[in-house]
Amino acid sequence: MKLEEINSLINGKVVEGQMPPDKTIDCAFASDLMSDVLTIRTEKSLMLITGLANLQTIRTCEMSDIKVILFVRGKKVTEEMKELAADNEMILMETDYSLFRTSGLLYAAGLKGVY
Amino acid sequence: MNFEYQVEGGDFTNAGTTSSIVKKMMKQLGVQPDIIKRTVVALYEAEVNIVAHAYRGTITVDLDEKKIYVKLSDEGPGIPDIDQAMQKGYSTASPKVREMGFGAGMGLPNMKLNSDQLNVTSVVGKGTTVEIINFF
Repeated sequence: MKLEEINSLINGKVVEGQMPPDKTIDCAFASDLMSDVLTIRTEKSLMLITGLANLQTIRTCEMSDIKVILFVRGKKVTEEMKELAADNEMILMETDYSLFRTSGLLYAAGLKGVY
Repeated sequence: MNFEYQVEGGDFTNAGTTSSIVKKMMKQLGVQPDIIKRTVVALYEAEVNIVAHAYRGTITVDLDEKKIYVKLSDEGPGIPDIDQAMQKGYSTASPKVREMGFGAGMGLPNMKLNSDQLNVTSVVGKGTTVEIINFF
């Protein structure tokens, strides 16, 4: 699914990184638990949907080769998080929608789960 | 190549800094991406464990064309029962650690899954040493 489409479906805002018009995502994983994120094994391009907004969210994605993070329920990305994300060429997005609503909308529109 | 890094207990701002440096070094050496990912996930779990549980620690990295060897030695409370700590879901993490998204009792089992060789030794009241070896 195209990132642009994702952004539009969840009324999102890109707060860090460039969003190329043709950038696509194969699947998504929704969790506030970074321990779970670190267990994911996939070759596909993956987006993390999370309500956990801190530096370790970015670090976890750096180690897990996740390049797109969508922060839900109005969680705000800090400047420190943006800097670390920029170092790793990540795209950070925010939405006011809840984790459940965000995941439901994207799944219904065809975005697959990682498992 | 040999490198040594210091880690401070409780310093969640810098947790993962060493893992990040190691990831960049392995990339520069042209190591296969799946081996890089396995190594840095195991290392990051171990580094976060020092920050979460210990007072301070030292990470030494020995990298050559065939393998990476990482040794994490901490000064801390130690692990009374390593077999129990290796079980999925077992955790003694504080509420603060859990707020950071960790402490689900997945760390040590995940380190084992992502290492070709994993050795954990511990002395209660002194500290824990974790060795991770991955072959290229």
